[in-house]
Amino acid sequence: MGGVFHASILFLVAAGLQVVFGVQKVFNLACGSFYALGAYFGVTAVQWYISAGGPPAFFIVPLILAGAMIGLTGLVVERGLLSFVYDRDETFQLLLTFAVVLMMEDAIRMTWGTAPVSTSGLYLIYGQTRIAGAAVPVYNLLVIAASVVIALAIGWLLTRTAFGRIIRATADNREMAEALGVDMRRVYAKVFTLGTALGTLGGALVIPATAAMSEMGVELIVEAFAVVVIGGLGSMRGAFAGALVVGILRAVAISVYPALEMLIIYLIVITVLVFRPRGLFGGAAA
Amino acid sequence: MDLTARGRQMTVLPLVTAAVIAIPWVAPIYHVLLMLPFMAYGVVLLGLNLLFGYTGLVSFGHALFIGVGAYTAAFLTGMFKVRSLEVILVTAAVVAGVVAMPVAALCVRYVKIYFGMLTLAFGMVFYTFLLKFYKLTGGDEGMPVARPFLLGRDLGAIPKTEYLAGPYYLYSLAVLVIAALVMWRIVHSPFGLCLKTIRDNPAKAETLGIGVARYRWAAFVISAVYAGVGGALLATPIGNVDPTLAYWTHSGNIVFMTLLGGFASFFGPLLGAFVFIYLQDFVMSVVPFWRLVFGALLAALVIFAPGGLLGLFARRRARELV
Repeated sequence: MGGVFHASILFLVAAGLQVVFGVQKVFNLACGSFYALGAYFGVTAVQWYISAGGPPAFFIVPLILAGAMIGLTGLVVERGLLSFVYDRDETFQLLLTFAVVLMMEDAIRMTWGTAPVSTSGLYLIYGQTRIAGAAVPVYNLLVIAASVVIALAIGWLLTRTAFGRIIRATADNREMAEALGVDMRRVYAKVFTLGTALGTLGGALVIPATAAMSEMGVELIVEAFAVVVIGGLGSMRGAFAGALVVGILRAVAISVYPALEMLIIYLIVITVLVFRPRGLFGGAAA
Repeated sequence: MDLTARGRQMTVLPLVTAAVIAIPWVAPIYHVLLMLPFMAYGVVLLGLNLLFGYTGLVSFGHALFIGVGAYTAAFLTGMFKVRSLEVILVTAAVVAGVVAMPVAALCVRYVKIYFGMLTLAFGMVFYTFLLKFYKLTGGDEGMPVARPFLLGRDLGAIPKTEYLAGPYYLYSLAVLVIAALVMWRIVHSPFGLCLKTIRDNPAKAETLGIGVARYRWAAFVISAVYAGVGGALLATPIGNVDPTLAYWTHSGNIVFMTLLGGFASFFGPLLGAFVFIYLQDFVMSVVPFWRLVFGALLAALVIFAPGGLLGLFARRRARELV
């Protein structure tokens, strides 16, 4: 069950990575940093909320709000940096997101210090339940449910709304979409903000379960990267399946043979890249 | 390259080399020691740029081979009691090359983003291996590197800083110069010209009868060998090698160095390594947040000066000529 919890967080971050890659063709190395930012901001928001006297049982409300709000950072990053290099080689776009990784890591250290911060004691506030003989915190179930809801919401957004049609058209053929009168700057700004918000939300939701650390971003990016490679770049269903594979495999590996934990995931990544470079769900549109 | 540029290079190069040789005698020891990572990274970047600047493939996993080189040095001096630096460098080159052969064969099947991702994945496999196989590699504590013999001479008697700032400095410099001369031959050979053709137009290169995949593979392996030698050279001044040498952000940093100096020219990466190391040292002495400053610098470079420092210089020259 721990694996599924981890998978649902991974799915959020990976979904953010996918939607940005699918539409903008930018592989966003900074998605892990947004995840870390969401985590820290989530802790701060919950601490405010508790010290302002809010009932602890509803701490999840400010947590989600904080996670979604700090996603607006994406808008700043997109307008302030990325929008200048869309006409360049993708190597430069990749390096620019790497610059964001570097800046964000220190920005977090400057704001919150180097010691891990956490929301003490809220994790088990909803109690535990027993599933197949194992104790599972109810909070984990809430996050899994939230993640499924978000997955469905993204699916609805992409397939049932006008904005979703525009996104899919852009992902498919940018020039044609532009020629049909789509304002690419607005689409890119919205999509990048959406991608960022998914990452920050993932970070905020993970926070009751673990402490926020400044390295959590660069560590998560490689896992999110594994997810999108296994699932297939740019595919939402791929992000979902990939997150489940990585999350559960990691949980199994940790309990069976800890030394293999991440190694096995990278080996799967390489196997997929070598034999099925488009991933398990590759080829499908975002 | 036009004639004036070549003429300028002919005058600048001997001056720079002479200055670098003179440094141990005139500069404070602190700066002399800072030059050691510069020279090690210089070797790495000469190789990386064969792939990045000349072949057009950006690897986000080259720290893997730095790690291979550095750990080779640690294993040889520690476990196998081999102390000769010549043997260490050759072994590091061979090991890095052997590791690179299958990795390169798999990676060069892709270009652009997929190439970058696959190299990143391989780098992280090696990182995880170093981290998790504690018994063999010392895990996150890493492994110590004993002081190697230079040209068969045991210099264990002199103090460490004197050893590093004196004989080891000149040795590193010699390795860098040899590496640069060999790389100069490589990029100006027919092989190097083929690589540039592949970078500019792979389809045309293929129709001209150049085996694109084979050339990319060879460029990858050569660059890995350079990274291995550079890593081994880096190990002694660090004194203790640890898995972060192979971490993906380290790969990102060496790409950053290359871009900082200018990937379009032969000496750009060397300039980049020099500026990166000194600037990092300076920024860290002022504020603890060097990543913030460097991130902003990288962003500014990518947006305003993708040609790097040498690119800026060349652009100004071009404007003067017009």
